[in-house]
Amino acid sequence: MTLQQQYTAFKTIMIREFLRFIRIWVQTVLPPAIITALYFIIFGKLIGSQIGPIDGYSYMEYIVPGLIMLSIITNSYANVVSSFYGSKFQHNIEEMLVSPVPNYIIILGFTSGGVARGLLVGCIVFLVSLLFTDLHIHNLFVTASVILLTSILFSLSGLINGVFARSFDDISIIPTFVLTPLTYLGGVFYSIKMLSDFWQDISLINPILYMVNAFRYGILGITDINLAVSFSIILGFIIILFSVCLYLLNRGVGIRT
Amino acid sequence: MTAALSIQNLSKTYKNGFTALKGIDLEVQQGDFFALLGPNGAGKSTTIGIISSLINKTTGKVAIFGHDTDTEFSTAKTYLGLVPQEFNFNVFEPVGEIVINQAGYYGIDRHTARKSAEYYLKQLGLWDKRHDQARNLSGGMKRRLMIARSLVHHPKLLILDEPTAGVDIEIRRSMWDFLRKINADGTTIILTTHYLEEAESLCRNIAIIDRGNLIENTSMRELLARLNVETFILYLKNPVRELPSLHCKNVHQVDETTLEVSVSKEKNLNELFNDFTKCGIEILSMKNKTNRLEELFMQMVENGDAVAGDLA
Repeated sequence: MTLQQQYTAFKTIMIREFLRFIRIWVQTVLPPAIITALYFIIFGKLIGSQIGPIDGYSYMEYIVPGLIMLSIITNSYANVVSSFYGSKFQHNIEEMLVSPVPNYIIILGFTSGGVARGLLVGCIVFLVSLLFTDLHIHNLFVTASVILLTSILFSLSGLINGVFARSFDDISIIPTFVLTPLTYLGGVFYSIKMLSDFWQDISLINPILYMVNAFRYGILGITDINLAVSFSIILGFIIILFSVCLYLLNRGVGIRT
Repeated sequence: MTAALSIQNLSKTYKNGFTALKGIDLEVQQGDFFALLGPNGAGKSTTIGIISSLINKTTGKVAIFGHDTDTEFSTAKTYLGLVPQEFNFNVFEPVGEIVINQAGYYGIDRHTARKSAEYYLKQLGLWDKRHDQARNLSGGMKRRLMIARSLVHHPKLLILDEPTAGVDIEIRRSMWDFLRKINADGTTIILTTHYLEEAESLCRNIAIIDRGNLIENTSMRELLARLNVETFILYLKNPVRELPSLHCKNVHQVDETTLEVSVSKEKNLNELFNDFTKCGIEILSMKNKTNRLEELFMQMVENGDAVAGDLA
């Protein structure tokens, strides 16, 4: 395939993935808006009013970046894992496998769908947050790049989960037992400075901590983690996960007999 | 001329140890309408899966229009269109999008893809359904959707794995006409089917796979010429309670107005009818008991490779 043909194939998968989650917007786009609105009311307004400022910001302002990041992570992951596994389940992944489209284009296509949903939901949650607090973006470049890179990272993670999944149970195990705990323990609702030294050190193992803090820096200008370290870790994970995806598809794991 | 499909020493052993293909060789020439037959589990779908790269082979080589599917997979795939046995589209996607997207995977821009999709959806009577979700189509429409999808990038080799399964006779006949037309226009077609009448009617050449081996590979005409005995059903004008003594010994009474008679190829049918006339038996109509290819196929598959050797 020429580069132009590969671009056409990529665009086709991207459009297909975008239309897929838009068609079922009641399941994909609406729930995060409602859930985060509840978070803002319960944690931000009711409980947050009992908690003092953190790094000079009210608790409501402090958790907004974390909640936006939580929505982006869960939605970009969920989009790709459910779409890829759905394609396996209905066998329509074969539409791509019999065609000359290279595997890296398939990966980029599915990832673009995850990124699109992550960004759309992130924007919706951001707009919802404006109903509860005034937000000013401290550094637009950092904010935009962290959102984009994080959604890419978790879209790739979702793809790996989709490759190995053999049942619908398999696509909910990782989000429930790994992703959600890591996200909640990644500093969405608190600063790791509030933890003892031991738990601060343990928290540093959690990759989501770096994303949440880099994003918080982009919005509020405060972070527990050095920005360069955060970006290096996110980029490193993306390279590793993309390589794993490519290896799995080239081997035909989970998709070819 | 380069073969449309060339298979050399193709074998497949699954992880559970089952050997589905035992080193088959096969060539299908350009422009052919080729039948690939065999009983369930013979290895037909495995062969098709390997050709279309949905199944990894154990050994062997596959080339499509001279392009090796290992070393030139991108070019080889461009030549190939596949209609699989099972429905394999997203049932929640609109019909039109399924076909247009398939063209996109081959690098065809959306404008050209729309035109091509429109042409094939109209040809296959699905244009009015283009905005409907695929799950709302009938079984026959779903089969036609898969044919339209497989053709949208204008493949030179089309493989159809039981394309008319579960399709009513009227739609089946219209699908046959459509397949004959695209074959006449230059598309090489490989067909697997359990309707042997379909294979006999459409295909010029035939291969039979049984238990992972290729037990026959010849022209349809030559294969049918090997049929030594044909069985006919005769419908009588008047009831016959007891069958009189006839010269032809292979007559079996089914009921008072129906006879079954096996006639060897050398035997003149006039002799048979004269025999009946002498005994005062009037024949109202007659038909073949089974399709001729079916009769041969059953002999070959039931008796295995040894019978195939005898027939050859």
